Amino acid sequence: MSRQEKTKFITKDILGSSIKGAFVKLNPMYMMKNPVMFVVEVGFVICTILVFFPHLFNDKGDNLSLYNAIVAIILFITLLFANFAESVAEGRGKAQAETLKKTKKDTKARLIHEDGSEEMISASELQKGDVVLVKAGELIPNDGEIIEGIASIDESAITGESAPVTKESGGDFASVTGGTTVVSDWIKVEITSEPGHSFLDKMIALVEGASRQKTPNEIALNTLLVSLTIIFLIVIVTLYPMANYSEVQIPISTLIALTVCLIPTTIGALLSAIGIAGMDRVTRFNVIAMSGKAVEACGDVDTMILDKTGTITFGNRLASDFIPVSGIKKEELTEYAWIASIGDDTPEGKSTVELAEKFGCQLQRKNYENAEFIEFTAASKMSGVNTTDGHVVRKGAGDAMIQYVKENGGKVPDDLTLKVDEVSKFGGTPLVVCADYRILGVIYLKDTVKPGLVERFERLRKIGIKTIMCTGDNPLTAATIAAEAGVDGYIAECKPEDKIEAIKKEQSEGKIVAMTGDGTNDAPALAQANVGIAMNSGTSAAKEAANMVDLDSDPTKILEVVEIGKQLLITRGSLTTFSIANDIAKYFAIIPAMFQAVIPQLSVLNIMGLQTSESAILSALIFNAVIIPCLIPLAMKGVKYKPMSASKMLGRNMLIYGLGGVICPFLGIKIIDMIIAPLLVLLGL
Amino acid sequence: MLQIVCTLLVFMVIIFPIGKYVYHITTHKKTFADPLFDRIDNGIYKILKIDTSNMGWKKYALSLLLFNACLVFVGYLILRIQSIGIFNPNGIEGMEATLSYNTIISFMTNTNLQHYSGESGLSYLSQMFVIIMMMFTSAASGYAACVAMVRGILGKRMGNFYCDVTRITTRFLIPMAFIVGLFLVSQGVPQNLSPNITLTTIEGKLQDIASGPIAALESIKHLGTNGGGFLGANSSTPLENPTVLSNIAELYSMMFLPAACVFTFGHMVYDKYQERKAKKLDTTASKEFDKPSSKVWLGKEGRTIFAAMSILFVIGLALCFFSESQGNSAVASAGITQTIGNMEGKEVRFGVAQSSLFTTVTTSFTTGTVNNMHDTLTPLGGLVPLLHMMLNVVFGGVGAGLMNMLIYAIIGVFICGLMIGRTPEYLGKKIEGKEMKLAALCIIIHPLLILGFSALAVSVQAGLDGITNPGFHGLTQVLYEFTSSAANNGSGFEGLADNTVFWNVTCGLVMFLGRYLSIIIQLAIAGSLFNKIDVNESIGTLKTNTWTFAIILVFVVYIFAALTFLPALALGPISEGLTLGL
Repeated sequence: MSRQEKTKFITKDILGSSIKGAFVKLNPMYMMKNPVMFVVEVGFVICTILVFFPHLFNDKGDNLSLYNAIVAIILFITLLFANFAESVAEGRGKAQAETLKKTKKDTKARLIHEDGSEEMISASELQKGDVVLVKAGELIPNDGEIIEGIASIDESAITGESAPVTKESGGDFASVTGGTTVVSDWIKVEITSEPGHSFLDKMIALVEGASRQKTPNEIALNTLLVSLTIIFLIVIVTLYPMANYSEVQIPISTLIALTVCLIPTTIGALLSAIGIAGMDRVTRFNVIAMSGKAVEACGDVDTMILDKTGTITFGNRLASDFIPVSGIKKEELTEYAWIASIGDDTPEGKSTVELAEKFGCQLQRKNYENAEFIEFTAASKMSGVNTTDGHVVRKGAGDAMIQYVKENGGKVPDDLTLKVDEVSKFGGTPLVVCADYRILGVIYLKDTVKPGLVERFERLRKIGIKTIMCTGDNPLTAATIAAEAGVDGYIAECKPEDKIEAIKKEQSEGKIVAMTGDGTNDAPALAQANVGIAMNSGTSAAKEAANMVDLDSDPTKILEVVEIGKQLLITRGSLTTFSIANDIAKYFAIIPAMFQAVIPQLSVLNIMGLQTSESAILSALIFNAVIIPCLIPLAMKGVKYKPMSASKMLGRNMLIYGLGGVICPFLGIKIIDMIIAPLLVLLGL
Repeated sequence: MLQIVCTLLVFMVIIFPIGKYVYHITTHKKTFADPLFDRIDNGIYKILKIDTSNMGWKKYALSLLLFNACLVFVGYLILRIQSIGIFNPNGIEGMEATLSYNTIISFMTNTNLQHYSGESGLSYLSQMFVIIMMMFTSAASGYAACVAMVRGILGKRMGNFYCDVTRITTRFLIPMAFIVGLFLVSQGVPQNLSPNITLTTIEGKLQDIASGPIAALESIKHLGTNGGGFLGANSSTPLENPTVLSNIAELYSMMFLPAACVFTFGHMVYDKYQERKAKKLDTTASKEFDKPSSKVWLGKEGRTIFAAMSILFVIGLALCFFSESQGNSAVASAGITQTIGNMEGKEVRFGVAQSSLFTTVTTSFTTGTVNNMHDTLTPLGGLVPLLHMMLNVVFGGVGAGLMNMLIYAIIGVFICGLMIGRTPEYLGKKIEGKEMKLAALCIIIHPLLILGFSALAVSVQAGLDGITNPGFHGLTQVLYEFTSSAANNGSGFEGLADNTVFWNVTCGLVMFLGRYLSIIIQLAIAGSLFNKIDVNESIGTLKTNTWTFAIILVFVVYIFAALTFLPALALGPISEGLTLGL
């Protein structure tokens, strides 16, 4: 699925398949799933029967067949519009799924038996635990973990990202996804998913909407809509005998028209389309949500736990200055910093070398080719070089270095702590440099906050979401970065279990927590969080535990997903309000029309001045049908969302969709009446 | 107009201490009267061996049902055998079976729909041991259900049904009834066990003057929003309601407890938020702990509910008063000037203002007592009592009104919550599928009972026989009868010949279902919310303690409840009003 930046709302293909879908979905067995629209279908069937037997229920009136036929046709169109809305939403998902399915064409896999022999089998026959060999240019047959080898892999089929990524056995970059291609070298992969349950299969099912489960809020809303439908059915069914008592004859088709107008057909028709479109928006964003529930939960997020490195900052801490302790010249520090870093291939080390050379360090690399390089280890917290001429040069974390110097009988300069703290205060990481157990000074490593994040966190604060930054840094460094990025809280010197603790603590206060992660050690926290987003580059354990996977592996995307989740709920709520508010105008159109013949005084209520009873009823019904396709674009795109406080947003949306929902049908019905009234006269109604 | 405003303003002042007192009773907080009542209550618990531990919602609901069932059984027996010689100076016969059934359900459900006339239908034994007894117990049951629901929603333990019933009875209903009763006696309401007085009028004809324990019944009739009169003509007779002062006393008494329930709710929500704040500050170890202000009027959440109810009330009152003061256009067209408005069916000592106020109050607070005949209200004036019973949330009967309003609040919160993009929550509890299912069921019951049975009544001969006015007014009579039953109001539009098997049985059913189904469902909602942990509150949370939400609540009530009944109302009072030229 390549990323479609600006997809057209409806393509020709989707239009074609949607129109077909609109008819196919008329099947009552299917319609039953949507009780509101099912009522419309039943009404349509009864009206159709009444076209041929207009006097079945002793209705009286001229041209009854014609009138019933018109009602039946409008109902039929209403149904088609509703089905069309759903089909369009599904169609957009299906188009994506098609692209994915092309990747899933049956591939051959080179199965390695335990005795080492190879066999070519179909990928679909692979079982969990099988080991396959994949060579350059071949498709990886199924999801798995690399157990041997290193290779660069093109994952564009899944992520849309064309640059290949390097994967190797062991560590956090061992998982590979079925459907991706090995570009160079070879790997041995142990298959980790059952046939038909791979990530790709899941994705296809998700974007197709086939495995779409109703989300909790959708279920609750559906309940409300069904109960409204039942209430209005009670109203109509009981109206008939009451009207009879008052000697008002109401044709059955009029009662059906009134029912259909009053029950919330607008939202009933668009509800599933809104849900599908919401998921689709997330997918278009290159995030795969394992369930709609997760997307919805996003809207409720109160707290976000974000890793500092990679999410808030670029993570590559680069040297930006050398700060000598008193009594040491800056040139000396620069030279030893250079020496200490020549064997260090990390971004920190490389940038130190670059900076030193920029500052005029003239040392030659070839003089140190035979030096002994000391690798950084978690235990020693330092790295360095033992030169051939007997110098011992080290650089490392402040506390480790102080201890190291003390143990070896060196002296710790008085102003070291001051310098270290100073660097930390500015959000930098201090690396202490020492040569022959003599502390020279500090390398100032700076971590930069990603551009635009400050504004984003500001946006989040406006909608009441708290951000917590997790970092392995010391508290001082953490505080500086936190202040710079504008997060609300931070956890310094954070271990994976601290993250779970933090999540649990927030949850115990009734908060909904979202977090991103990629490593295997993040998996428990991802599972504990209400919304866990795993990076596609991460391990399969992380992906299993999360309820969303970000294909671009961009941790900041969690912010957008939250907004999509909110937008999904707002769209539903707004259209529900709109739909219910419409009833007021429909009442004013239909009630006087129904009773006018017997109680002419009721025409006072005909405030729209609709021309005839028939035209009033049909206008309301036509409005009811036409409003559905008019709102399809809104349902698909979602209500416009701007971060603001709850009260403000409520006021704004109530004004637009509540008040708008009251006024809009008055205008709409009047206009339709002006158009159809003369036509009805021509038809003889 | 001025007297309406003054009456309501004075009420707004005295309700504050009363509301606070009821809140203290509910939450077992200290009151000045504790030394006395603690002893009485503990005595009662001890003698009856009542276990006062907390109940879950199921046990609470079951206790309520059992308690009511026992009383129904006892009451039914007494009604049937009331002809025995105890407390029966007027020699009243035993009551007929279907009428007894209707009466007993009517009084147990706090409805007090009367298909009999007290002076000829009940002995003093029945008046005292069935009617008055049930007036206390049904009000206490309603109150108990309500506070249990509020506790549940707030996530507090639901309390003990027997405890709640005892406390509200001994600490509020009995003392207040005593005071109001004495006041009514001072105004001239009889209180004795003597037989009716038969005297010869100036015209030389014989007339019976009713007597009996009227004041005792009268006070609890209003305090417990019961409404069933000692006499057939209810509070319009001078024997039950002799003066304007007694009228105002009765008016106030029926407004006290429903309004106090809202106050109790408001205070309890306030307490909860204070506790939460304190807990939060504890954990964050912050020093700036702002002390809860010592003067809490009714809490912001309570204010929202109170405001929404008041808005609905004032709109209805204005329409009723306006319509009544305009007089009857048919009378006007006959050439009679009506400078003081439509006085048909009204008492001269009350006039249009006190009558329309009483009418609106009795149906809003679903008491059902009348000081004028609702049948003779102008069509639109009569629409108001009908509509307010259909809404059943404009303060409503003891407890029931608040419970219903909370259901609408939940629905309102649901729609608003979605509109701001969050899973809806009310008072810190998430509203999910299960609660919506129950709330939906709750709002279906009311229209189903009213419209369903009205449709039945106009479709069968037995029902049609009861209608005494043809045309639109006849339909209004039928609608009114079932609305009054379903809302557990009990006022009659009168004019309906309702003491027949059909009307006795159907109204009995409607009252029964309208009361207990709702209470069970509402307690179930509270039980379900009780089990949820409180969600966090932030700037992104929907605020329900605002005026905006109060107004939204008014709209939700009008749209969900009123729109449902609009077609029926259009055929009834609206058509009648329009054909009469308003």
